[in-house]
Amino acid sequence: MTEPRNGSGTDRRRFLKGAALAGAAPAIAATTSVAQAQVAAPRHLPSALPPNAHQIAAETHTPGPIENRIGGKPGSDFMVDVIKTLDIKYTPSNCASSFRALHESIINYGDNKAPEYLSCMHEESGVGMAHGYFKVTGKPLMTMVHGTVGLQHATMGIYNAWCDRVPVIIIGGNDLDAASRPPGVPTFHAAQDINTIVRDYTKWDDMPTSLQAFAQSMVRGYKIAMTPPYGPVAISLDAGLQQEPIGAHNSGLYIPKFTMPSPPAGEMGAVKDAAKMLLAAENPVIVADRAARTPNGIRLLVELAELLQAQVVDQGGRMNFPNTHYLARGAGVTAQADLILGLELSDFWAVVNSYTDNGEHGIGYNSAKAKAGVKLISISSVELLTKANYQDFQRFQSVDISMPADAEATLPALIEAVKSQMTSERRAQNDQRAEKAKKAFADIRGRETAAAAVAWDASPISTARLCMELYNQIKDEDWSLVASEGNVSNWPNRLWKMEKHHHWLGRSGGYGVGYGAPASVGAALANRDLGRFSVSIQSDGDLMFAPGVLWTAAKHKIPLLSVMHNNRAWHQEVMHVQRMASFRNRPSNYGNDAGPIGTMIQNPDIEYHKLAESMGWWAKGPIKDPAQLGPAIKEAMAVVKSGQPALLNVWTQPR
Amino acid sequence: MKKLVYAALVAATACGLSSAFAGDATKGKATFVGKGCWQCHGYEGQGGSAGPRLANTQLPEDGLISFVHNTNGIMPPFSEKLISDAELSDIYAYLQSRPKPADPKTIPLLNLK
Ligand code: HEC
Ligand SMILES: Cc1ncc(C[n+]2csc(CCOP(=O)(O)OP(=O)(O)O)c2C)c(N)n1
Ligand SMILES: [Mg+2]
Repeated sequence: MTEPRNGSGTDRRRFLKGAALAGAAPAIAATTSVAQAQVAAPRHLPSALPPNAHQIAAETHTPGPIENRIGGKPGSDFMVDVIKTLDIKYTPSNCASSFRALHESIINYGDNKAPEYLSCMHEESGVGMAHGYFKVTGKPLMTMVHGTVGLQHATMGIYNAWCDRVPVIIIGGNDLDAASRPPGVPTFHAAQDINTIVRDYTKWDDMPTSLQAFAQSMVRGYKIAMTPPYGPVAISLDAGLQQEPIGAHNSGLYIPKFTMPSPPAGEMGAVKDAAKMLLAAENPVIVADRAARTPNGIRLLVELAELLQAQVVDQGGRMNFPNTHYLARGAGVTAQADLILGLELSDFWAVVNSYTDNGEHGIGYNSAKAKAGVKLISISSVELLTKANYQDFQRFQSVDISMPADAEATLPALIEAVKSQMTSERRAQNDQRAEKAKKAFADIRGRETAAAAVAWDASPISTARLCMELYNQIKDEDWSLVASEGNVSNWPNRLWKMEKHHHWLGRSGGYGVGYGAPASVGAALANRDLGRFSVSIQSDGDLMFAPGVLWTAAKHKIPLLSVMHNNRAWHQEVMHVQRMASFRNRPSNYGNDAGPIGTMIQNPDIEYHKLAESMGWWAKGPIKDPAQLGPAIKEAMAVVKSGQPALLNVWTQPR
Repeated sequence: MKKLVYAALVAATACGLSSAFAGDATKGKATFVGKGCWQCHGYEGQGGSAGPRLANTQLPEDGLISFVHNTNGIMPPFSEKLISDAELSDIYAYLQSRPKPADPKTIPLLNLK
């Protein structure tokens, strides 16, 4: 049993505050003892207050119609004023009492525009949607979470955003005042410091205790999130601060102006040295992971690559380099490089070393895979922000030139430095280099299509067939592959024509599975507003972490074509457990399934098409015959073009 | 160790040993699934990001057998206890029985403009 609240059942803090403001001592006596009243006295209120404008008006004027019961503009209305200056278009969130006041202000005072509230079934979905949305628009969203339990749900999504260098603004409601917050559930859901669980993987967090501090915190948080390396920030919002009116102590409130920070570029001396080294190299290779933050990054990288006639390995953290360009290469070319320029690499060590998961004592072994003496240059903004606990910084790699700076912002200076140092002899070599590179490129393309042809008619459907049937239907649209979760042997990157920044959005960042479904919906929302066609390759394991986001897509009319790579397994783990069994020289126990117990999603098979249908999607499946796939995709596309999301449950080969 | 395995493979290939497949392709298919080979090589042995193509392999039969038992590269080895030579012969027959893929030039979806 929780203790009963005051007799009238109204919130005690609000009631007492109202009573104090009106100076109505008898009202206190009527409902609660003086001792209780002292115990429950609200914050910020000295024992005797001078009358404020509201009180004076109440006592000296004939009472007019009551504007509201809280005696002024609520704090959360001011918060909405602040948020509106940042032009945050949506707030995908799961509702909760700790931010009910801000919620109410957004939809009623703020007219549910900028931000528009989007209903989510899971906090991880809200963060994932914001993650995908940003990668299309370059603009962050805000998600509101219930301080403790909601933030606990949100954490994996936040970690993914952190690792993927994506800004997300997380607002966590928290009722701080232990003496005045409701007992029972709201107290279970309150904490001294809610952000402690995300502090290791957010760029910054805060707990403003006044409205003015909130205004500063929000604008500062936005700025920090939007300064490369981007990243999530968390702001804890006291329920009382949201609910109470803007009091006298908050007079003169202002909203700081936001100015977009410029990204940090490399120091000129280092840039010139890098240019010199690049020009001296026989076979320089550029490796890019999250280098192109914007479409301009692609243009710059093409310019640099052509200037040097250097091969480019796009690791795919973002769409960095057109895969149709004759200098585009797979990871293997780094083995022959005498210089590697790494741009925003999350793991430089793994570019020059390999790890084989097959050592003598049950652990793997390392070996070098680059040429001895290879020169290394790194430009990475992430080096400006390394935290201690989570290991997203990967192994330490020594390099010859280290520029902790944003790669895209540094490229213009590097291009200029290369141009100004380039000799005519070096320039003269370019035609020959280009000719050789074009020939090699054509050969690679031929090998890829030959590999794709193997098992073309197989059932379950090969991943190459899946991807090419899909590409065939979308290629004439302004398409965007919003996510490709699970592993389809990288066929889209190998065979689709990827040239624009929105053709490929990268992956989760932290490999926290469950990113694909919500990120697809968030990115599709962004593409909807931009008039683009969104398609997602959706794996089964990923979808089932929080499938409720399908409903969010239907509810908010977000068109998305989701084609499933349903290999009926957490297949990555199938192979891991098999590997362990082999090392240990014992047969793997499959139970009644086709793979190790605990790794298969079968018996019963999940009817994803029915799942999607139940949440307002058009859906079809299971499709096992490759001949049926093309026509089904065509049908689904027509639905998506009419504005409804559509899902195809396709049974696929494992990889 | 890895070098040794490859040396054996190359030698076997060079001498053109064992061209007749003694195995049974139907049994081989069941073993390929039952022992987990499909997991990294695909049900058809088509290969992908987790393992190379095995369908219509150029390896000689004893080269395949030796590789599976002894590799210490990225594929985990399967000892004689886990899979017998006879079972691997069946798998070999299964892999050789896979239809030859069409020339990619004749597949319109692999020639999209
Ligand atoms: C956990 C994943 C995995 C499993 C399970 C697996 N393989 Fe492999 N296999 C690989 C990888 C990876 C390679 C490439 C090895 C290398 O390059 O060293 C490979 C290579 C091979 C090769 C050599 C191919 C060539 O042309 O060089 C053969 C033969 C082979 N596997 C057969 C099998 C058989 C038979 C089974 C089942 C008993 C099996 N594999 C199970 C991952 C796997
Ligand atoms: C949150 C989380 N839980 C577990 C894992 C371990 N894990 C890595 S891949 C994977 C399987 C993913 O299955 P699916 O999305 O269907 O992709 P598939 O490997 O089958 O292509 C799992 C469970 C993880 N990375 N993240
Ligand atoms: Mg799967």
